[in-house]
Amino acid sequence: MARPFMMGAVAYAPKVVTIWEGFKEYFRRHDFEFDYILYSNYERQVEAQFDGGIDLAWNSPLAWVRADRMARTRNLEAHALAMRDSDRDLTSVLVVRSNSSVEGESNLTALSGQVIGFGAVDSPQANLIPRDYLRRRGLFPNRDYTARRFDELSGKHGDHIGGERDAAVALMKGEIDAAWMIDSNYLAFSREGILPAGVTRIVARSGNYDHCNFTVISGLSSVTDEMAVHFTELLLAMRWQDSQVRPLLELEGLKEWFPGRTSGYELLVRSVDDEKFYDAEGNILVADYRY
Amino acid sequence: MMRKEIFLLPIIDIENLGLDAGAHLLIKYGLREIQPGGQLSVVGNCPGWEAQLSAWCRSQGHGISLSQQDGRPVVTVTRGNADAGRWHDAEHTGLSDLGMNGAVMDKALSSWGLAARGAMVEAGSPDIYFRLDRKDEVWAETASALYAQAVAAQWNPDVAIDWNEPFNLPDAVEDAVAQLMTYLIENEVAALVVPARFLGQLHPHFREIQSLLAIQVADEARHIEVFTRRLKLKGREPALSTAGGQASLKTLLDEPDFSIAGFLLSVLGEGTFVSLLNFLHAHAPDPVTRQIAHLAARDEARHVAFGMSHLLWRLQQEPQFRTRLANSVQSRNDALASTAGLNEEVFDTLILIAAGKFTPQAIAAGYVRVQQLIVDMAEGRRIRLERLGFEKEEAIHLAALHTRNFM
Repeated sequence: MARPFMMGAVAYAPKVVTIWEGFKEYFRRHDFEFDYILYSNYERQVEAQFDGGIDLAWNSPLAWVRADRMARTRNLEAHALAMRDSDRDLTSVLVVRSNSSVEGESNLTALSGQVIGFGAVDSPQANLIPRDYLRRRGLFPNRDYTARRFDELSGKHGDHIGGERDAAVALMKGEIDAAWMIDSNYLAFSREGILPAGVTRIVARSGNYDHCNFTVISGLSSVTDEMAVHFTELLLAMRWQDSQVRPLLELEGLKEWFPGRTSGYELLVRSVDDEKFYDAEGNILVADYRY
Repeated sequence: MMRKEIFLLPIIDIENLGLDAGAHLLIKYGLREIQPGGQLSVVGNCPGWEAQLSAWCRSQGHGISLSQQDGRPVVTVTRGNADAGRWHDAEHTGLSDLGMNGAVMDKALSSWGLAARGAMVEAGSPDIYFRLDRKDEVWAETASALYAQAVAAQWNPDVAIDWNEPFNLPDAVEDAVAQLMTYLIENEVAALVVPARFLGQLHPHFREIQSLLAIQVADEARHIEVFTRRLKLKGREPALSTAGGQASLKTLLDEPDFSIAGFLLSVLGEGTFVSLLNFLHAHAPDPVTRQIAHLAARDEARHVAFGMSHLLWRLQQEPQFRTRLANSVQSRNDALASTAGLNEEVFDTLILIAAGKFTPQAIAAGYVRVQQLIVDMAEGRRIRLERLGFEKEEAIHLAALHTRNFM
């Protein structure tokens, strides 16, 4: 048997096994040996890619930032091979109860003295990018507002949306005054009835950012580089119309794979620096981060 | 809600409605009016509607772009093809209306699963296997009409039967009625279980047959209820159940072929039971038993009609199937050759019921009536067999081979 192309993914929920078993089957049907290793957190996964444990990583945006920094430090190059259509141009929204004194982006100073709910410390969408958004508008935690963190499964980089959901629940209970979440989770929590229609408002919205990508580190091994090309071809050939493939795409939350791009990580990179999450070499700086 | 603007893109104004409150429906229906790749514009007033729309479009595979028009944000949505893609290779499953050509397919596919007949089924739906998936092995042209009759003829035992009508039978006669009810119940259990088993094996595509089997099962449940209530009306418990009787019924349960089972159970068995129930309607010693017998006979006659209709249809498609029907009667007779046949207690009960009292003259008259019943039953079977296309001699022969247990 040919050496399989080894992918790392983070086990943020049980469905992850179903998803990657399905992908494994798909690639085998196309005579491409593919296998995967599940990690309990993105930090170990990123490190494993440089230790040669995996060829490819299904990385969160934050994991991408770290991998990119670690690669540069080693004179290597990280590449984003592909991403989901749903990974592009996400935004995070700040949600308040309808009776809030905050009307919109024009009077965010009304947040002064209020309690804002954030997601896990390592969540790009519910912590890092939102903090960046507020900082750029002159709002700092402890000084201008009280940050309350809803940590759920640290090390998963916010993939588990439990933190955002807990914040939404706390918002409705009146325990906090505002909560950050991905725009799509605002709709999801509305469908779940956690945020009843008409009872909340969006008062702020971050700039666009991208989410996950398949990362390879080029230059580590020529075999890996060749297999990465083949892998990408097969991945991009997956079609929503194909009834064998569609269930996998539905589980993974996409309609179509797109070629990877790295232009959508600027907001996050800025926040990682400002928040001192990683240093320029990809070392973890943030103190209260357990994974 | 949708209007043409000067730049010719259709535009939807969701006004104050957010996508957290149902606005996606307006956009979804608007997008249905345009082809994949086509565009429409959306404007709104709800705080953060652009973020909501952006998230919704991302999840649906539609593209978006934001612009300003008259100082107002306008989102242009480009319809993706994911929605259409889901129905690529979807399967058609006939038509719901029996009156339309091609409504019922000759073979129903397991990939259609539980879908309503006529629905479009997404490719990749799970296979749900139903053994009875060919029209020729289950169909009856009158099924729809018989089902409608059955629905209209359902009766409520509490209302339809006067349980309080006073009567008092001699102990021996009441005991005989209890024995008769015990016998009727076990026969009706067989008449319930046989269609119920086929019901679970029948492809739902054959909806009319499914409905008819289901209501037939409900009929039998009601019969079991009223026979049990009559049995207990004067404080009796069920009496005797014989090995021969159960062996005869077991041959019905063991028959795997839908048509043959219907032939043996409905055409021959329940047909014979109609004669028995009519006999009880005429001669039973108490008013409650007479009412029950009358109502049950009406239901059973419908079951017979379904069996006949199905067999006539099947024989039309496959005339040589008649040989298998004849063989099945012979085989059942052979299988039951070593059994005692009708419960002797039941036979004596019928005589006693037809006699009405314990005098030699009355019993002599009762005996003659039961003999006549047996002759009438065989004659009924002969007539139905001839209607199925058997020659008279063969019909007489087969009618006589039918189980002595009646069902």
